[in-house]
Amino acid sequence: MLTKRIIACLDVDDGRVVKGVQFVNLRDAGDPAECAAAHARDGADEIVLLDITATSDKRRMMIDVVSRTARCLFIPFTVGGGIRELADAEAVFEAGADKIAINSAAVKDSALIGKIAARFGSQAVVVAIDAKRRNRGFEVFVAGGRIPTGRDAILWAREATACGAGEIMLTSMDRDGTKAGFDCELTQLVADAVSIPVIASGGAGSARDFIEVFQSGRADAALAASIFHFGLENIGQLKLELRAANVPVRWPC
Amino acid sequence: MIAPTIAIVDYGAGNLNSVKKAFDYLGADVVLTTQPETVAAADKIVLPGVGHFSALGALDNTGLRDAVLQGARAGKPFLGICLGMQWLFEGSDEAPEFAGAGIFAGRCRPFPSSVKSPHVGWNSLAVREGSRLLRNVAPESFVYYTHSFQAPVVAATTAATEYGTQFSAVVEQENIFGVQFHPEKSWTVGLLMLKNFCEV
Repeated sequence: MLTKRIIACLDVDDGRVVKGVQFVNLRDAGDPAECAAAHARDGADEIVLLDITATSDKRRMMIDVVSRTARCLFIPFTVGGGIRELADAEAVFEAGADKIAINSAAVKDSALIGKIAARFGSQAVVVAIDAKRRNRGFEVFVAGGRIPTGRDAILWAREATACGAGEIMLTSMDRDGTKAGFDCELTQLVADAVSIPVIASGGAGSARDFIEVFQSGRADAALAASIFHFGLENIGQLKLELRAANVPVRWPC
Repeated sequence: MIAPTIAIVDYGAGNLNSVKKAFDYLGADVVLTTQPETVAAADKIVLPGVGHFSALGALDNTGLRDAVLQGARAGKPFLGICLGMQWLFEGSDEAPEFAGAGIFAGRCRPFPSSVKSPHVGWNSLAVREGSRLLRNVAPESFVYYTHSFQAPVVAATTAATEYGTQFSAVVEQENIFGVQFHPEKSWTVGLLMLKNFCEV
């Protein structure tokens, strides 16, 4: 049976993981390569590395981080942040990423999705959507959630799918960082609107939140950054709770 | 003793580096190559690939198809991964104009409309006994998939997976092996399979 994925996200600034994840037995808890390996050992189904500075002068260092992280990581590895054109994507794939995540650049020019998909396959293109509740529906924001676009998140998810996206990574800006749970309504609307897998993001606070987003939100995967701050020992323990609620997960992991 | 050389066929499709990286990690003597001569000289052949079946058309134009088929016929261990596994069948509805190797009967088809496509994520194997590639692999192990087309279950199928339908996860016949999933992305279970291939 196809299982629901638990994705560990590393937010990286200046080559260092910035959202606090305190691993034991790590020499350096801020090193992306060590954090990714520790998450994989603990049962993460996938790793996402987001470059949250993503300024052009830091690109070279980022490529180095991607390459070091990918070297001994034998689970799927997605890299996002600052990918504006095909050449950026090529450099990240060359460094060892399996998928890239694009957000602002895809909103600006949806043809970029197809260009990257034509070269590397749709499975390698994740379109990240940052959405915020409005009086009616959900609006897409870009530039790290700073700029509203006036576009409807569900319609944009459909368009991105038609352009060749392989997955949608959907972040609720209202829930991000709140630990109040995923936005199951938003997730379900998008999951029902597209034929490709949807990764729910933003708001994870407890094992119950994951159970809800998989069951009522119909998410295919759920992503969290501070995944160890739930009073849970590790991802393995989260998966045990999911199993107890009859959510199919990769086990043993 | 000189370790056997494994040639990973580079025909311009997808990310071959991750396959090489996994073999490197296992200490295998492995090369990425676009040259039919290098394929012909290798002891083992790996045909990876992810993306569209039409990408396999590049094999036909470059002499790689003949080099791979000759090696396989000569009894060299061959491993097809994802598209490389689908290529072992007669063809795919994804690109009907390109012929597969036809080593196994049947064509690759899309998933039924009852399930989302592509099939992305970790799914379990139903392993048949006697598989050499799956030696010491637990019978219901999870592996990572990402694909839109699937190959039928045939006599050579040594593991199947269920997603809307039963399809071939692993095929093997004498020196020919194929896996639909990505062993290089399937954590310790996948590395074990690649190690088994190195030791065939």
